[in-house]
Amino acid sequence: MARAATTADAFNAVAEPRRRQILDVLAGGERPVNDLVRLLGLAQPQVSKHLRVLREVGAVDVRDKGRQRLYRLNGHALKPIHDWVKTYERSWSERFDRLDVVLEELKRKEEGDGSDE
Amino acid sequence: MAVTSSGTATVTLPTDEQILITREFDAPKHLVYKAWTTPELVKRWWNAKRGEVTIAEIDLRVGGVWRYVMVADGEFEVGFHGEYREIVPNERIVSTEVYEGMPEGEAVNTVTFTEVDGHTTLTILVQHTSREHRDAHIDSGMEAGMQDAMDLLEQVAISLR
Repeated sequence: MARAATTADAFNAVAEPRRRQILDVLAGGERPVNDLVRLLGLAQPQVSKHLRVLREVGAVDVRDKGRQRLYRLNGHALKPIHDWVKTYERSWSERFDRLDVVLEELKRKEEGDGSDE
Repeated sequence: MAVTSSGTATVTLPTDEQILITREFDAPKHLVYKAWTTPELVKRWWNAKRGEVTIAEIDLRVGGVWRYVMVADGEFEVGFHGEYREIVPNERIVSTEVYEGMPEGEAVNTVTFTEVDGHTTLTILVQHTSREHRDAHIDSGMEAGMQDAMDLLEQVAISLR
């Protein structure tokens, strides 16, 4: 589970609360940087810094439209995180499936001992 | 939730600092508790499908220590340990948990066993002990940050389908 501590990694990119806020906003649709500045209540240089990190890992795409630069979410870049969470859920499900087998055995054993209920 | 013989674990995130895992079992709670707290039995189920549990130590008393070690995929070893803080037999166990690969990130786990008509609902609530611990996770780019991101990720997951 250990990962290299690099910002060029989707896990690190979303570890910062402000960057998660940016992703939350962009999940609702494409936005110019001014909207993000307003919605997050941060100074533009800070927002730009976070956007740069998010762009480096591909979590955010940018395009020019007239005078504006529009940012949007790219979910595929976050897929490693989604996969990690699924792995977590899956390993617990697998453990519990095995626990089912153990419990069946314990139930049979208890009934066999004549100590019914 | 229906009667399950092979259900899936439900994983939810009640708050920024918690993970809640829920599962129903077709067995009375004293047996689920037994399987949960008996080393030889833990060795049989705790590994999931990816490894072998080589160590399962359980000193089941308040202040007692537990430690599980698994060799994953026959390659690397992962260890977890903690201390029991509260024990109500067949009802509830509160213990700390440290992943030995990241010892600063201690969590507190509350496991409850609730029985209705011979079926037991098991819940595991994983609570990070402090913002400092959570931030330690975040600084190292580990899972705590991702817990916060879960709601977003669900949306992402849907968009990937």
